Amino acid sequence: MEHDPTDPIHQFQINRIVPIKIGDWDFSFTNSALFMVLTVAITAAFLYYTTRGRGLVPSRGQSITELTYEFTANMLRDAAGTAGMKFFPFVFSIFMFVLVANLLGMFPYFFTVTSHLIVTFALAMLVITVVVVYGLMKHGLHWFKLFVPPDVPALLLPLVVLIEIVSFVSRPVSLSVRLFANMLAGHITLKVFAGFVVSLSALGALGILGSILPLLMVIALTALEFLVAALQAYVFAVLTCMYLNDAIHPGH
Amino acid sequence: MFVTQAYAQDGEPTGSHGASAMPEEHHEGTIAASEHGEGFPPFNPEFFPSQLLWLAITFGVFYWLLKTVIMPRIGGILENRRDRIALDLEAADRMRSDADEAKAAYEQELAEARNRAHSIAHEARESARADAEKERKRLDAELDAKLEEAQGRIAEVKRAALGEVDQIARDVTDSILRQVAGIEANQDEIAGAVEQASR
Repeated sequence: MEHDPTDPIHQFQINRIVPIKIGDWDFSFTNSALFMVLTVAITAAFLYYTTRGRGLVPSRGQSITELTYEFTANMLRDAAGTAGMKFFPFVFSIFMFVLVANLLGMFPYFFTVTSHLIVTFALAMLVITVVVVYGLMKHGLHWFKLFVPPDVPALLLPLVVLIEIVSFVSRPVSLSVRLFANMLAGHITLKVFAGFVVSLSALGALGILGSILPLLMVIALTALEFLVAALQAYVFAVLTCMYLNDAIHPGH
Repeated sequence: MFVTQAYAQDGEPTGSHGASAMPEEHHEGTIAASEHGEGFPPFNPEFFPSQLLWLAITFGVFYWLLKTVIMPRIGGILENRRDRIALDLEAADRMRSDADEAKAAYEQELAEARNRAHSIAHEARESARADAEKERKRLDAELDAKLEEAQGRIAEVKRAALGEVDQIARDVTDSILRQVAGIEANQDEIAGAVEQASR
């Protein structure tokens, strides 16, 4: 059965490219995996290629690489201080991966890796795991002071601690759902308006005239989606930095 | 729209996954929906293991590449540049202090030269003035001497002339007495008279 060309959900379908099965588990190389590989390959190749000259005076590409690098470094230093710089490769990897995955998704017919909750949730859980493991390794049980804010009346303390724990547990959820929902909703909206253009222009002259409005919307939304792609990568990285700050300085 | 599609697929007896799902994978995108009827692909757990595995592989490789190859490289470039800028600034600072020193030395030399020129000019002016003074004095003395000499001569001439005037007066008196009065006066009397009259 051929799919409906204006179906806004079709773009999120996963197809097996190379079926791989290990026991009962399906580890097929899918279009999602393909775009993960592409994301990594393109990013690594860009970063590597632009810095090949090691120019004292940077070329255009080298400038982009350096700006991104220093931007991320400043982001991390502002949020987590100099002690946080040991996580710089981690934060830079996350930022670049999410950013390039989001931007690659903007190409027509391309699959958006970050539009699947499992991927963003895995990344968020990775961040939280790093935070918890490093926090416990560095501060031992003192790290749990994170959940006990100072200067709180003893009466309110149980309630406050409960709230703190709930807010901490909800971090991976909010972190992953924010990115996933933004990408999903953006792509659906784009596809829906693009679908209007297709359906309306099939209705004859009046329809073509009427399809101008959704077409303009699609153009505007495309620009907006590029902004959202970059912004959500930034938000994800900034929140990662702030959570890492909790692992390094749990005393607020 | 996708809901109806999904429900439509639900009726098909393809819900069981496993070997039977494999041959169908060439049928374009509707496979997932048709195979499992999950409808909304992002919530379809069928591909969760695959996505997690490939994310782990790709992100792991990515992290390793960035950490061991790319980030040291970018960091090295930035450090290089920082060092180079610091060195250049230092060199510029040194050059500037050199230039300042040279300027100070030049100004001192200039001031010295100006002083020297002043004193040379002063000396020259002084010596010229002394020369002129000496010359003036010499000329003054010469003129004074000439003046004195001339005055002496004038006095002499005047004396001589005055002497002659007495003689003329005596002669004239003698002539008048002789021719007008017919008196033959002697010379001493005439001289006495003239002397009396000229007094």
